[in-house]
Amino acid sequence: MNDTPRTLFDKIWDAHVVESKPNYPDLFYIDRHFIHEVTSPQAFDGLRERNIPVARPRQTVATADHNVPTINQHLPINEPLSRFQVNKLTENCEAFGLELYGLGHEKQGIVHVIGPDLGLTLPGMTMVCGDSHTSTHGAFGSIAFGIGTSQVEQVLGTQCLLQYRPKTMRITIDGELQKGVSSKDIILYIISKISTSGGTGYFVEYAGSAIRSLSMEARMTICNMSIEMGARGGLIAPDETTFDYIKGREFAPKGENWEKALAYWKTLPSDKGAEYDMELSYAAADIEPMITYGTNPGMGMGISQNIPRVAVNGTEKDMEKALDYMDLNPQQKLLGKKIDYVFIGSCTNSRIEDLRLVADFVKNKKKAAGVNVWIVPGSKRVEAQAKAEGLDKIFLEAGFELRQPGCSACLGMNEDKVPAGKYCVSTSNRNFEGRQGPGARTFLVSPLTAAAAAVSGEIQDVRTLLN
Amino acid sequence: MSFTKITSTYVPIPLENIDTDQIIPARFLKATTREGFGDNLFRDWRYNEGDTPNADFVLNNPLYSGEILVAGKNFGCGSSREHAAWAIADYGFRVVISSFFADIFRNNALNNGLLPIKVSETYLKEIFEAIEANPKTQILVDLEQQFLQIVGTAKKVDFEIDPYKKTCLLKGYDDMDYILSKKEAIEKFEAARTFIF
Repeated sequence: MNDTPRTLFDKIWDAHVVESKPNYPDLFYIDRHFIHEVTSPQAFDGLRERNIPVARPRQTVATADHNVPTINQHLPINEPLSRFQVNKLTENCEAFGLELYGLGHEKQGIVHVIGPDLGLTLPGMTMVCGDSHTSTHGAFGSIAFGIGTSQVEQVLGTQCLLQYRPKTMRITIDGELQKGVSSKDIILYIISKISTSGGTGYFVEYAGSAIRSLSMEARMTICNMSIEMGARGGLIAPDETTFDYIKGREFAPKGENWEKALAYWKTLPSDKGAEYDMELSYAAADIEPMITYGTNPGMGMGISQNIPRVAVNGTEKDMEKALDYMDLNPQQKLLGKKIDYVFIGSCTNSRIEDLRLVADFVKNKKKAAGVNVWIVPGSKRVEAQAKAEGLDKIFLEAGFELRQPGCSACLGMNEDKVPAGKYCVSTSNRNFEGRQGPGARTFLVSPLTAAAAAVSGEIQDVRTLLN
Repeated sequence: MSFTKITSTYVPIPLENIDTDQIIPARFLKATTREGFGDNLFRDWRYNEGDTPNADFVLNNPLYSGEILVAGKNFGCGSSREHAAWAIADYGFRVVISSFFADIFRNNALNNGLLPIKVSETYLKEIFEAIEANPKTQILVDLEQQFLQIVGTAKKVDFEIDPYKKTCLLKGYDDMDYILSKKEAIEKFEAARTFIF
């Protein structure tokens, strides 16, 4: 089997199959498991019903992120159901002997931000979490995907899952990006081309010179949104950028183990001649800053474009429903459109690099009158780093609200909701109806486009604002 | 939860890309048990502001009912929340028919005894047309024989389901029982690994 050229995905998959037999899914081993307060309580109850322990407690890490408030985190959570759910996580972690980075802990944060930052996410690993954006971790050259609560229970109880081997796709982006265009624009561009179901059944490897040139944070943004085209996950071959990022992080291998790990990781990139079930390629230079106009991430366009006259992703009826919800019209331009809220955060864009980009743009500027701007760092460590670099002062002077870490207005499980009918320019990953609050209208964009909207109070093409 | 055959009227939602945030909005994910999510199924489509039922939404239309939900392409996209499958099952549906399912939703459904059936775009259209003509139209779903049929028509349409999952559904088994039975193989695998993280 080793003579046949294999893809990065194949190599990792093959190394984790415990048992494979015809007409059955593979018994698939999981190296690292993350859990959070929302999709885990029923899984723990399942273990209790069966009277079994967590099989490999050291391979699961917990944090509270989805429903936590982003102000006054030192106080008990106001909202009773959220408080109950977060307390339940604490009880369950204590009862089953799991590491918990709970509210107030210096390592607390959005699960897909803390894993990479702490060196818990490593190349060649298999990783799962009861959250679809687990695909984020694929940026390190790992197989990472979201699972349901029944599967959370299976991983807790056995460290394994039953999985059918997905098909493989390679998306190659070559060339240089235009100034002002970031990795968020790349992924929104791809989704606008292949729709929210174009990747279903596949694991996607992102390749090409434009991908190679990206930082780890930028790569995470791309892999994060793989699920928005239906793919279970996305991954990028590990390289020097990856190794430099990991080296020295708290849970990264050290000394002799580091050398051993490095040698193994260097064997992971796809072999020359390895075959994929589907191949797509795009030119980096064709990608504009992107924005969504509808109610799924596939309804996106270059920021200078007009909203399409005919439905691109979905039926005419879907398009009509989406534009009606957004109170927009076919062929309308979004440039110059007044907006009410700006949300900079979520597992897609809340890392230190995102905050630096935004701070750099807004330095010595003020937010537009009447616009609410929330900056929600991805973790306590990102928050601390931002403060250490003085970014908090830039945000304060600009009139932005720097909040405490959590998923926040990405999904509005806590109090951070965008009011009905209001337009929110958001660096998050989903523009579904009601996602940011009942009736809220979301435009998905990059951090830079969000910063520009915050300052001007309207949608702008950042390319015209950068010198 | 096992079943072999169902004959039922059905509820049509002819929209594509119905995401799990529509099926069950995030603010209703705070329960820590699996029960009761059906009350909030399609919450924001089902109720107006002020929690009055939206008469235009199909679940509030007394003409339509049944154990089968039929929806447009790419049903269940978005979040991995199993609460979406719980909500649909808790409401009383046992089968969802669409021309395409999002991966995680399909898995979650199967893990909860809710059968997702993928049909062609053409047949989906026929199913929608049949109910538009007569809201009391029924569909027969035969899991054992793997076909479905609009009652009163002669055409039987085969559907696919993987043999392992079919057995689970027919017999009411779950993945956990199966994986737990593999304890020895898992320990052997762990012991034999050359690279451990």
